[in-house]
Amino acid sequence: MTATAEERCLWALAQLFADDGEILASPMGPEPQKAARLCRRFLNPDLMLSDGVAHLIDGAGAIEGPMNYARVFETLWNGKRHVLMGASQLDRFGNQNISCIGPHPQPKVQLLGVRGAPGNTMNHRTSYWVPKHSTRVFVDTVDVVSGVGTNHAEALGPANRRFFDLYRVVTNLGVLDFGGPQKSLRLVQIQGETDLAFVHEQTGFELVVSDQLAVMPDPPAEILHWLRREA
Amino acid sequence: MRPARPLSKVATQSSATKMADKRCTVAEVIGKLESGMTLGIGGWGSRRKPMALVKALAESSVTDLTVVSFAGPDLGLLCAAGKVRKAVYGFVSLDSIPLEPFFRRARQRGEIQVREWDEGMMVLGLEAASRRLPFTPTRAGLGSSVIALNPDLKTVTSPYEDGEALLAVPALPLDAALLHVHRADVGGNGQILSPDPFFDELFARAAQQVFLSTERLIDTADFPTEGSVDRILIPRMQVTGVVEVPGGAGFTECLPDYPRDESAQAAYAAAVGAEDPLAAALASLS
Repeated sequence: MTATAEERCLWALAQLFADDGEILASPMGPEPQKAARLCRRFLNPDLMLSDGVAHLIDGAGAIEGPMNYARVFETLWNGKRHVLMGASQLDRFGNQNISCIGPHPQPKVQLLGVRGAPGNTMNHRTSYWVPKHSTRVFVDTVDVVSGVGTNHAEALGPANRRFFDLYRVVTNLGVLDFGGPQKSLRLVQIQGETDLAFVHEQTGFELVVSDQLAVMPDPPAEILHWLRREA
Repeated sequence: MRPARPLSKVATQSSATKMADKRCTVAEVIGKLESGMTLGIGGWGSRRKPMALVKALAESSVTDLTVVSFAGPDLGLLCAAGKVRKAVYGFVSLDSIPLEPFFRRARQRGEIQVREWDEGMMVLGLEAASRRLPFTPTRAGLGSSVIALNPDLKTVTSPYEDGEALLAVPALPLDAALLHVHRADVGGNGQILSPDPFFDELFARAAQQVFLSTERLIDTADFPTEGSVDRILIPRMQVTGVVEVPGGAGFTECLPDYPRDESAQAAYAAAVGAEDPLAAALASLS
């Protein structure tokens, strides 16, 4: 049984929470949510997940506590949380934009607003999921810094950046960490059927590639079965 | 409705054995609002928004508002009606439709001023106002464009040995707040039955005047049969007026009473492309 590219992405997303222990995972969007459930089922049974409404739901579907928005904010300021967000734009230092495209006083395209991204990135581990790796997303400079990147965190100094923890970016083409020069993005895994030149072409800045670049692994058969069974 | 200033003791003596009756009409609520006010609106995204009150406000002569909201169609409709001078928000979304069309249009035309904050900063600003403090310190916002886009924001240095410079989120005091609750009594105690009460309590404490619309007015003694008494989250001491409006959340979600009316919301979103967008948007709420 061979995994699809999408299934390898879900497996890569699931790995993000594997070493988090007993914290709240906040996966935004359907693929991250499925990956977080996969992670709890097979990799990290201690992970806590919300029903996306107002409660924590355990692996058997039982409510194990409240998690309304007020509690989400208290949890994120407290730090026991790992958020997996999307990004309309992302630069080489992991600055993320979900606010607007173009000049902020009168944008060309108004998006959601900065949402909780500034606070998330300054308070706990943050990862991103980019379902379509392209030069539209991976840009030289983001129009608005919603999620804080490594360069801005460095500039703030050691006290302010104590809890800053930008972790990984997973895209349809590969997995990136922040092991490049000055804590910039670095491609560490690539989809097997993807040509490295294509990843460069789809990235709007000069992409650093790990000298130990690996191919994104297939999930084990048991997990593949689970993925295909789960809606 | 409670008057702006308390009645004299003589005037209240005859009814001193009963709590004030704050029932009023939608028109009376709108009559209390003035152009130029800073207005907080409860709910979150397209959930439990006081759309009946917001619609009446959109149809009124009140304008030049500063709107503070975890925003959805409330801010959108007021933008459509040209009532917004400044919006204070972290996000604006219709939930099932991610982007709010009328807010987008107003922004892309450069029609409104904005204070775009991290959404947690919104909570902290309302908390500061609620506690009558000038600011709340946080790390949220530091390092992001929120700082450059809001030049009024200042930092504060911890007076303790850590000496960390933190963002001082300024208080967000409100002239008035509009909230939609599931049940209320005539005194203005409000019971919220949805799984997430959002930040309505905070809006109530941050505001000088608070107006509730409610799905149903009930006797105070009936709160326990409607839901948990621990969900009577809005105390009448915070409330100026209460108006019964069944369906007062419009097409927004008001569970457990009713889910979001997705087809009405889709009609609202499509209204931005109509010949008369405001009229079409208002029609989606009637």
